[in-house]
Amino acid sequence: MKFVDEFRDPDAAKAVLRAIDALAPNFADRPEGPLQLMEFCGGHTHTIFRYGIEPMLPDWIELVHGPGCPVCVLPMGRVDDCVALAERPNVIFTTFGDAIRVPGSRKSLLQAKAEGADVRMVYSPLDALELARRHPEREVVFFALGFETTMPSTALTVLQAAQEGVENFSLFCNHITTVPTIKAILDSPDMRLDGFLAPGHVCMVVGERPFDFVAERYGKPLVITGFEPLDILQSIWMAVEQLADRRCAVENQYARVVAAHGNPPGLEAIAKVFELRAFFEWRGLGSIDHSGVGMRDAYARFDAEHKFTVPNLRIADPKSCQCGEVLKGSIRPWECKVFGTACTPQTPLGALMVSSEGACAAYHNFGDLQALLARRETQEAVSS
Amino acid sequence: MSSSILAEGTPFARPRRTLHAERITLAHGAGGKAMRDLIEDVFVGTFDNPHLHELDDQARLPLDAIAKGGDQLAFTTDSYVVDPLFFPGGDIGELAITGTVNDLAVSGATPHYLTCGMIIEEGLEVEALRRVVASMKRTADAAGVAIVTGDTKVVHRGAADKLFINTAGVGVIAAGRKLHASTIRPGDVLLVNGALGDHGAAIVDARGEYAMQNTIESDCQPLSGLIETMLNACPDLRCMRDATRGGVATVANEFAQASHTAIRLHERSLPVRDAVRGMCEILGLDPLYLANEGKLMAIAPAAQAQPLLEAMRAHHAGRDSAIVGEVHPAPAGRVILETGFGGDRVLDVLIGDQLPRIC
Ligand code: SF4
Repeated sequence: MKFVDEFRDPDAAKAVLRAIDALAPNFADRPEGPLQLMEFCGGHTHTIFRYGIEPMLPDWIELVHGPGCPVCVLPMGRVDDCVALAERPNVIFTTFGDAIRVPGSRKSLLQAKAEGADVRMVYSPLDALELARRHPEREVVFFALGFETTMPSTALTVLQAAQEGVENFSLFCNHITTVPTIKAILDSPDMRLDGFLAPGHVCMVVGERPFDFVAERYGKPLVITGFEPLDILQSIWMAVEQLADRRCAVENQYARVVAAHGNPPGLEAIAKVFELRAFFEWRGLGSIDHSGVGMRDAYARFDAEHKFTVPNLRIADPKSCQCGEVLKGSIRPWECKVFGTACTPQTPLGALMVSSEGACAAYHNFGDLQALLARRETQEAVSS
Repeated sequence: MSSSILAEGTPFARPRRTLHAERITLAHGAGGKAMRDLIEDVFVGTFDNPHLHELDDQARLPLDAIAKGGDQLAFTTDSYVVDPLFFPGGDIGELAITGTVNDLAVSGATPHYLTCGMIIEEGLEVEALRRVVASMKRTADAAGVAIVTGDTKVVHRGAADKLFINTAGVGVIAAGRKLHASTIRPGDVLLVNGALGDHGAAIVDARGEYAMQNTIESDCQPLSGLIETMLNACPDLRCMRDATRGGVATVANEFAQASHTAIRLHERSLPVRDAVRGMCEILGLDPLYLANEGKLMAIAPAAQAQPLLEAMRAHHAGRDSAIVGEVHPAPAGRVILETGFGGDRVLDVLIGDQLPRIC
């Protein structure tokens, strides 16, 4: 395997940090406090924490970790539906690894597995289809989730199943889309973000244009960003430079991978199989119009929601959760009242503590917990 | 290792019985003739030492020879349940010996005797069992230990997964040797004896769930020889631990917590093979949390670090040894990783298993 070591080079990082520092005078006495840039994607959040990028940044820049982890924003009721499907006697329920520990209102998939449900971890929907071919007597359900990034592969898998006439395969579709979600965040009254880093792999599918509205309508810079640590630093620099120049545009830092027009065959497969749902429920953010996709009628026989009955109950998030405020950047993860006490990765109350990509889990795992808790205490003392 | 200890006992007189079955059945655990065939042919015949040949319910070990080696007995046990039984670079038998030998050796003990408890699922091929047992014998010989007593149970199909092995071991700690994490001091340095995560990656790979074209081999190896070398080169070695489940990240955390110090690791000096790194990138795993079966992390005073490193590198089990970090006074109890990119992050203990990420 070849590594992209040039995108992890500490000297290159120092050079970019110097360039960012040089822009500091432009933001010297901002009454609103530090610049806030939101990285929208869980993959970015992970890189930021894994490489320790946040502490490298000057204190006049703050990163806000948005709702980009599809596992984190999955409402509890949907997890219950997964468990209900997995507990059907003849079902092999297949899922990506991160979803397996997400708590439902009664139990997680991991607990259901321990109680005897046939839950299996796969790395791609094609692995699930292969299971269906090998076990014609069983019903194989694939738990499809993720943004536009993972949609083409599930769409293509459904098309393949249709072509081969594999009748014992279905999707429990929980795919979500980025654009309406960014819009919902931008429209929220307590929003104070200055710019966005947009997920490179989503853009690899949808191209650059769907994000134009961020710059055009909301006047915020947006930089399409790759996943290596240097990609992220460079994108921060590009966004800050736009702010310093009082410009706002959609810029593509990840041009080595993202073509302006995206991936037409992928988009075609998506359009064939999926259609927008009127609304979709997000953990922490509530219901967002047109933010989820379901399967078209033509593929209903591959739709687990159509093939089997799922309870489809709405379960409210626990009251103490402040996930929504964290997702929108109005508070930082460790400022949540239950962070690190009632809500920990072992006992996640809220969505953001559930997956390793969630902002709260990242702070909990990669940050200095004691120091963060002490900071929250001081803040609470000052404000009370 | 002291052959004098093993030489005691009575020789095996009677001709050994042979096992003709192809698969293990419940009869092989029932205490009758079939069980006797299994034990005498497969276990006693292979492990082959005078203590075992007595075929009593216990091994009787002469104390004087043990006492000559030191003034403390080290005693440990572990169970092995790996799936698959055979994987690139090793098998469950090699693992069962290595693991227990290493658990003894990292305390500074010279391992001497092991026990072997087998829980066999009805239906296991006798051939597979023979391979495992032969591999246990080979590994025990290499580590200079003898398997002196054991136990066999056969359980119904489905009540166990093919084969579980428990081994317990005793060893002797030389007088005056006191390796303990509480002796760690700021200024000390951390060393590892080679590439990290090979075993964990080999097992993920061998399960074949992810259809990857890798050739990663487990690093399964007894460390008693290397450790003896290390103790000779560095008499003031503070402590060491084999980095099995939970990997070096977990060991570093145990050290930091036991000694109320801060441990700082440098990602760039932590040896990880490209194949393992690649697999981790794809599956979203962290090699620092992957299991090892032939790797240890040691802490030594800075002044002795260089000669220690050289001695380790001169030993075949420590060819790729490296200095990977150092001990600081604060933040006490924490492990900080200086990332290859130049940032810092906390390297915490893992919650549950490492699970792969999707996006
Ligand atoms: S600490 Fe828990 S409840 Fe609070 S925002 Fe994070 S995940 Fe939500």
